[in-house]
Amino acid sequence: MVEASPKLSVRDLTVRYGDKTALDAVSLDVLTNEILGIIGPANSGKTSFLRALNRMEEFDPNMTVQGDIFFEGQNITAIRNVYALRRKVGVVFPLPVGLPMSVYDNVAFAPRLAGIRKRAELDVIVERCLTRAALWDEVKDRLDALGSLLSGGQQQRLTIARALSQNPELLLLDEFSIAVDPVTTMRIEDVLKELKHEITIVLVTNLVQQARRLADRTAFFLQSELVEIAETEELFTGTVQDQRTRDYVEGRFG
Amino acid sequence: MSMFARTPLDQHNRRIEWLVKTLFLMMTVLLIIPVALIMSILIYRGAPALSLEFLTQVPTNGMTAGGIMTALVGTIWIVTVALIASVPIGVAAAVYLSEYAPDNWLTRAINLAIINLAGVPSIVHALFGLGAFVVFFGFGRSILAASLTLAVMTLPVVIVSTRESLQAVPHAFREACWNMGATRWQTIWRVVLPNSISGILTGVILEVSRTAGETAPIMFTGAAAFLPFLPQGVLDQTMAMSLHLYVVATQVPNVPEALPFGVALVLISMVLVMNAMSIAFRVYLRNKRKW
Repeated sequence: MVEASPKLSVRDLTVRYGDKTALDAVSLDVLTNEILGIIGPANSGKTSFLRALNRMEEFDPNMTVQGDIFFEGQNITAIRNVYALRRKVGVVFPLPVGLPMSVYDNVAFAPRLAGIRKRAELDVIVERCLTRAALWDEVKDRLDALGSLLSGGQQQRLTIARALSQNPELLLLDEFSIAVDPVTTMRIEDVLKELKHEITIVLVTNLVQQARRLADRTAFFLQSELVEIAETEELFTGTVQDQRTRDYVEGRFG
Repeated sequence: MSMFARTPLDQHNRRIEWLVKTLFLMMTVLLIIPVALIMSILIYRGAPALSLEFLTQVPTNGMTAGGIMTALVGTIWIVTVALIASVPIGVAAAVYLSEYAPDNWLTRAINLAIINLAGVPSIVHALFGLGAFVVFFGFGRSILAASLTLAVMTLPVVIVSTRESLQAVPHAFREACWNMGATRWQTIWRVVLPNSISGILTGVILEVSRTAGETAPIMFTGAAAFLPFLPQGVLDQTMAMSLHLYVVATQVPNVPEALPFGVALVLISMVLVMNAMSIAFRVYLRNKRKW
C-alpha cells in the first residue's frame, strides 16, 4: 500500500446528546483513498462519529460536539462555509431517502445547487452517477418516476447516486445495506471498491464480514470509545492486542 | 371441537367490537344531522328568493326587495384583501417557527401567544380593529380596516395549519438536502413547501370560510348596513353578506320571509364553492407528489 496522507484527522472527538455521552474522546485518521471500516455493537458511537464529520450537530439542538476534525489539515469546526464542507462530503444513511421528486431531479439536486443549469450537462452527471450506483439500467427508461416510490434497494442506490452527484471527496456510509437485499448489497460493495480509487470512504457497518470484505483498515468502537484501529486483516486474523475486539469479530457478543 | 371454535373470551371481544363500532357510527351520523338539516332548510325556504336578479341587483325598498349584489361584491372584496394580508404573513411566520426557530422559551412563548390569539372572541378583535386600524392608523371605516381586523383574527388558523403541514414533511428529507450542502431556504423552497402546499391550502380554505362568515369584526370597522353603490377602493365602506343577513333577519321590518334564507343560502354556497375549488386543487397537487 502506498504511504498515504490523512484525508481526515480526528482528535479527541466527543459527542453528547443532552448529558448522555455517545462518543468519548475518539482520535483517529482516515487516509486518502482508503475504505475505513467502523464496526461495533449498537450504541457504540459509530453513527455519532459520522454525524460529527458533516457537522450534523447543527440539525439537532440536543447534539453537542467537542474536539477537532481536520479535513486535509483544515479544522472543520472553524469553517464558516459549512455548505462547502457538506458538498465535499457525501452521506448515505441506513434508511434510504428518495426525495419526493423524480429520479432525475433527485440526482440533479446537488449539481443544480452548485449552479449547473444546462440540461445536457445535467444529463451527463445523472447518467454517470446512476451508472456508478448500479441503478442506471433499472431506471433509465423512467427517469421521471418519483424517486420516493422506488423499491427500498433502488432508493438506497438512488441515495448513493445522489451522494456521488455532488462530487464528494469523502463518502460516509452508515449501515447502507440494512434495507437492501443481498444481491444489491454485493453490487454496491463492488461499486465502493471501484470508487475508492477516487474517493475516501468511511463505512460504518453492523456486518463484521462486510468490513472484512471492503475495508483497508477497520476501527472497533465499543461503549462510546475507540477500542482499536488496525489493518483489516490484522484485526480479523488475531494479531490484535485487545481481547474485546477478538470477542466481537468472532461473534462472542454484540 | 374445532381448534378455531370460539371461546367465551372471543365471544366477549366480538360483542365489544360490535358495540364500539355501532356506537361510533351513531356518533358520526349525529354529526351529519345538523349539517344536513341546515342545508335542507336553507334550500327549502331560501330557494324561492333566488334568481339572477337577486344576485345582480342592489337592495331596494329599504332592503325588503331587490337583490344582494352590493353585499356579495363587498364580501369578495373583504375576503380577498384579508387573504392578501394574512396569507403571506401567516405562511412566513409558520415557516420561521417550523424551519428556523430554535426551541427556546421565546419560541414557546410565541406558540402560546398564537394559540391564545385563536381563542380571543371575535367581538374583542372587532374592538381591537376599531382602535388600531380605524382610529390609530386612520384608515377610517373601510374595507382595509375590516380586512386587516379579519386578517389578525384568522392569522392563528393560517399559522397553525401551515406549521402542521410543514411538520408533516418527513425530517429525513430535510437532512438529506442539508447533507448535500443545501441551505435551509433551498431545502424549504425545493422540498418542504412543494410537499406541504396541500396542507397550507387547507388552512387558507378554513380562513376563507371564517372570513366570509364573520360579522362582529367587520360591523365596527368597515361594513355598512346599507349602501346603494359598490366600493371603488379599499378605503371605501362596503356592504357584506354576513352583516346584510343580520340586518335583514333582525333589523328591518316587513322583509319577505324567503329573503334572509336566500341571503344565507348564497353565503353558504359562496363558501362551499370556494372550498370545492381549493379541494379540487389540493387533490390535483396530492396526486402529483407522493412519498
